[in-house]
Amino acid sequence: MKVAYWPGCVSRGFTPELHGSMAKVAPLLDIELVQLDRANCCGAGVIAEHNQELADTLNARTFALAQQVDGAELMMNICSTCQGAQSECQERLDANAEYRAHVNTTLADEGLSYEKGLTNKNFLWLLIEEIGLEKLSSMVKRPLTNLKVGPFYGCYIVRPRNRLGIDAERPRDQYLEQLIEALGGTVIEYAGMRKCCGFPIITMNKEASLKQAGRHLGDAVDADADCLVTPCPLCHLNLDMQQPLVEKVVGRDLNMPVLHLPQLVGLALGLEPKELGLSRHVVKPTSVIDWSTSVVGAAA
Amino acid sequence: MAETHKPPERFTLRMRRYDPESSEAPYWDEHTIELEPHRSVLEGILQAKAKFDGSIGIRCSCRAAICGSCGVRINGEPGLACHTHLDHARASSKDGVIEVEPMGNMPVIKDMIVDMDAVHWKKVQRVTPWLINEGPQPEREHIVPRESMVDITQTMACIQCGACVSDCLAMEVDPGFIGPAALAKAYRFVGDPRDEEQRERLLDLSQDPQGIYDCTHCFKCVEACPKDVNPMGQIMRLRRIAGSDQHITDQNNGHRHEEAFTTLVKDYGLNHEAELLSRSYGGDSWFGKFHPAAGKELLSSLPIAIRGVLKGKMNPKIAIFGHKIPKQDLDAVKRIYEKVESKPERYELNLYVTGEDE
Repeated sequence: MKVAYWPGCVSRGFTPELHGSMAKVAPLLDIELVQLDRANCCGAGVIAEHNQELADTLNARTFALAQQVDGAELMMNICSTCQGAQSECQERLDANAEYRAHVNTTLADEGLSYEKGLTNKNFLWLLIEEIGLEKLSSMVKRPLTNLKVGPFYGCYIVRPRNRLGIDAERPRDQYLEQLIEALGGTVIEYAGMRKCCGFPIITMNKEASLKQAGRHLGDAVDADADCLVTPCPLCHLNLDMQQPLVEKVVGRDLNMPVLHLPQLVGLALGLEPKELGLSRHVVKPTSVIDWSTSVVGAAA
Repeated sequence: MAETHKPPERFTLRMRRYDPESSEAPYWDEHTIELEPHRSVLEGILQAKAKFDGSIGIRCSCRAAICGSCGVRINGEPGLACHTHLDHARASSKDGVIEVEPMGNMPVIKDMIVDMDAVHWKKVQRVTPWLINEGPQPEREHIVPRESMVDITQTMACIQCGACVSDCLAMEVDPGFIGPAALAKAYRFVGDPRDEEQRERLLDLSQDPQGIYDCTHCFKCVEACPKDVNPMGQIMRLRRIAGSDQHITDQNNGHRHEEAFTTLVKDYGLNHEAELLSRSYGGDSWFGKFHPAAGKELLSSLPIAIRGVLKGKMNPKIAIFGHKIPKQDLDAVKRIYEKVESKPERYELNLYVTGEDE
């Protein structure tokens, strides 16, 4: 399928291994990525904190650009925060025709216009809803056998449920567990899997921020997870990049690798840890790399 | 048309029991009650109390979702016991048994009763929850524009049940955070045109390290609220007024962070994380990184940055120079900024007030 692809900022800045692994995984899943190179930052909720109309207009611009991609079935993102921030703006734009027209007046300078009803799905939602668990299972080349994976969603992709279209029909807040199982892995449930990583207040209250990350990482260690997987690069920054500092704040060794969603999928589809950028993480995912060599060894 | 009620059914409640005055640790207590499925979890608890164990502790009064007394956790989620149907609660349970616990972030007095005074009410008191207007009073009533009162109706809908406090993730690691209920209450007065202390209130809430900038933006309170008050949304409105309208620069880097983020997206079209960090501490310009506060923070982040670059996690070129969208697109983004920001007043759509039109 062809998608208008919004990679976000962080996946190309501080977590380039996310964008890179997505590019590697997409062809294996028969996803054609048409990258929205002209689109702008979603604002991550921070621009909305400054001026709501500005955030809505900037995202309407991205949506309009996505709607211009010929033959694309939908827009796809790879960041929980982009999903949440964009969904919030889209909710307002779709709810009120007058407001939409007002925002479109600003976009008209550039010859753009947003039409109500864009479908914008995170890669996680696309995997389950467009490809399907059964098909995914059938594509697995290296089942995640005996790999104990803890899901970490990121707030923006699980709340608020109404805005994000989460219900009994589409239990999007359980997709990570479903996916890990479909790829042959073992789901590790722990208290913090749908809680906040702390990243949004890292510059405002660093201690509280790192404590949040530390609490969830510690819970995952106690639950005996080999690694975590997250669809959110901002969570990744606090959980992986800041982990050495987090360890100091919470006073315990954690050593918990955190994988980006496309990396986990890529491993199951047979890609090597190195080409998925696993060596680029701050916390070396030794457990995952050892696991991958052990299963390859077993297969040989 | 006559209402058709389903006949009574049996429901099992698993309640978290605890009496701090006893020497017993908290434990789970199960009782099976019989009621029509549309009746509330509260009625179920009261039946268990009447039939099986009079010592079950639950606080309640109106039984109509208006007094806010019976806030509890049902199957792990906060809500009003009187506002949750038994059949819905059973459907959302793990194993067909409805689990009822006291709310979080507050000490338990007994069973499902938590100490609202020690946490919730203390925090509400903290925000001076009354109208301050010491000036000469009008002869008759204060006349205020209708829109400005409609604007604060959402925060007025709060019934002080504490569900948002129970689930606040910032409070979980930082119990001193003023929190969602009290900050929503603060907006009720900040947004009231009759209040004379808008700026003082905002200064206070911005400068407090556990004030408006301590919210982690997790949406837990939005989801928890049974009255659609959207506490987090109110906190963001407080930030907008404090930062964008009143230009209050706080000691917590809150406003600097928002200003730097907004400027960087204007200048690059994309976020520039490294600049954002230094500017959040040192101020919103390229020179921000040379401010002593930024220097201290950058120095402490240096080991992480070096490790990141060495691992190939950060692209050093992007880390230093950032990444930009193509020039003509950047120009378009700048025009959007100019057009929206040059308006004399910010335009804010509140779906709680306007509803959906289609």
